[in-house]
Amino acid sequence: MPEQATRGPFGLRLARHGYLPALAAIFFLLMPFAHAVDAPAKPVPDTLQQRVAACTACHGAHGEGTPQSGFFPRLAGKPADYLTRQLGYFQQGLRKYTPMEYVVRGMSPAYLQEMAGYFAAQSVPYQRFPTPPVSAALLQRGETLATHGDAARDIPACQSCHGTQFTGVQPSIPGLLGLPYDYLSSQLGSWRTGTRAMAAPDCMAQVANRLDAADITAVSAWLATRELPADMHAQLAGSVTPALRCSVLETNAPQATMPSGDGA
Amino acid sequence: MKWLWRCMLVLALVVVALLAWWFFRSPSAQTGASQISATDAAALRDPALIERGAYLATVGDCASCHTRQGGARYAGGRMLPTPFGSIPSPNLTPDPATGLGNWNFEEFWHALHSGVGRDGKLLYPAFSYTSFTKTSRDDARAIFAYLRSLQPIHQPPSESGLAFPYDQRKSLIAWRALYFKEGEYKPDPARSAEWNRGAYLVQGLGHCNECHIARDALGGMSDSHSLTGGRIPAQDWYAPDLSMQKNGGLQGWSAQDVFDLLKTGQSAKGTAFGPMAEEVTQSTQHLQDDDLRAIASYLQSLPPRPPVRQEASAIDVTAIIGQGAKVYEKNCADCHGMDGNGIAGVYPPLNGNSSVVEPTGINATRMVLLGGFAPLTAGNPRPYSMPPFAQQLGDADVAAVVTYIRQAWENKAPPVQERDVGKGRNTPID
Repeated sequence: MPEQATRGPFGLRLARHGYLPALAAIFFLLMPFAHAVDAPAKPVPDTLQQRVAACTACHGAHGEGTPQSGFFPRLAGKPADYLTRQLGYFQQGLRKYTPMEYVVRGMSPAYLQEMAGYFAAQSVPYQRFPTPPVSAALLQRGETLATHGDAARDIPACQSCHGTQFTGVQPSIPGLLGLPYDYLSSQLGSWRTGTRAMAAPDCMAQVANRLDAADITAVSAWLATRELPADMHAQLAGSVTPALRCSVLETNAPQATMPSGDGA
Repeated sequence: MKWLWRCMLVLALVVVALLAWWFFRSPSAQTGASQISATDAAALRDPALIERGAYLATVGDCASCHTRQGGARYAGGRMLPTPFGSIPSPNLTPDPATGLGNWNFEEFWHALHSGVGRDGKLLYPAFSYTSFTKTSRDDARAIFAYLRSLQPIHQPPSESGLAFPYDQRKSLIAWRALYFKEGEYKPDPARSAEWNRGAYLVQGLGHCNECHIARDALGGMSDSHSLTGGRIPAQDWYAPDLSMQKNGGLQGWSAQDVFDLLKTGQSAKGTAFGPMAEEVTQSTQHLQDDDLRAIASYLQSLPPRPPVRQEASAIDVTAIIGQGAKVYEKNCADCHGMDGNGIAGVYPPLNGNSSVVEPTGINATRMVLLGGFAPLTAGNPRPYSMPPFAQQLGDADVAAVVTYIRQAWENKAPPVQERDVGKGRNTPID
């Protein structure tokens, strides 16, 4: 018996399998269109991590900082308010580093706060960095400065503000551990040369200017070589009684230059 | 014949003396009473006038130049870079000692309209009076009322960074004679009200031409090159040609694209960056929709441009483009696409992008080095960003990838040299 021909839609001659192959053919023909309309090749993730690619290129996707050198510092787990303030300081030119000043220019306080929150919430293992060879005597001097300060020269202990474990204090005092020697010593140096500052009263500028070069080496080396405590989180707010007046300890909201029009 | 020679000599001396007098006379023709009269002061406190002035000051983006980094708005102190040295912007707040506190409107008008300061001193054209001269007297008065309503900030002027001879304000007499045409905007009756509004804003308060024009060695510009694009001196960005017609920098843009870029910082054709990003954030995003449409309408009327002659490259760039394609695929294609079309609303297209194909290549080079966020605006409050590649790519790779994107797809722009990338690394960001 000859094959029974049937007529399908649009008068197509269909074999005895009827409509099914035709439907399948139409389905597959239309597939690419459906695909193009419904799902672009690769949707851009609507995440903060995707939005802040300009930050993570240097600081790492989770704010882990540059591996090995630590040249671009770790941001992960630093107190959110501390990070927000630093972004504002770059915006105002209190902290000088051209690429950072460029990237935060024109950003709103709300967005900077959101970025700070993202990095504050990241939790990645701490790295260890190489430290320069320093004498035991110098390390001892570093330990004394960090834990007791030097009353004769009006230098408070690091501990008195940065927490008993040196892991920082919420909401805006950063920890000092897990940072490379180069980073610690260059920050203290920057406070002396005026390329890093905070809104007045700037307690760290006072402290850094009371330290001499050997003090900076000593305290940075001691902090950089210290074993990390199991809990690296910043201590609770109000758990320290700072020795100096400092803008970061005052309750006013972080300052950032809000780009705004005047009439609109 | 001796008497004739004597007469000629005397005549020549008289002419020289007259010229000298004309050149070196004090330009302060008027030094009227400088205090504001009581009635004038009261009129300037009209809230409606102040509000209009606030809007116009935003259109003029006065705050951008007259605010230093981290400083009080309008208190001045930003160092404006020019090829002749940096010029600090003055304090516009009504502080009597260091700001405009003792100025009356006539003095303000004289500065904005004629480029002459209160004591008769000629103002440097870093203050864009070359454009602001087109502003109407009514609008100037509103701006003055607004500035007087600000909180007075005591902030003495910063020191000028100008070197000799540019620190001699008298040298501006010659500059002004060459380049400054004083006069309010004259509406063109043959055009629509919208077009005239757009022309008024673009040529006047918007002072678009201060960047979007090529300047000569003396920092001057000529009318015939109006809005045809140019390298911004000292800042080293290229402000593209703004013609939307054939061969124009914005060829292929619609009025909506112009509107979108000015309103939100990005359009289907590209995203604002560098100095334009600041302009959008601080000024254009706050403009009324009608004004933005007027600007687009005016730009649409800019004439077509002559075709750019493609000069055959002296060097064979095949290998460089090959290298650039590899760099592109690895670092750029995820966001901008292998087809160079970007992702609508998120990442700008590079194909046909006026800033990619502008004549110098400096924009693409600096974008690759600096990266950064799209402008933050009310329409785009959490912008996406581009990673900086300065720390990751060497000069050769940057030159290769920029050359690649300038010649891929429909783009046909000259290659970028490795040595130009190095220069781009050292350019200040301000």
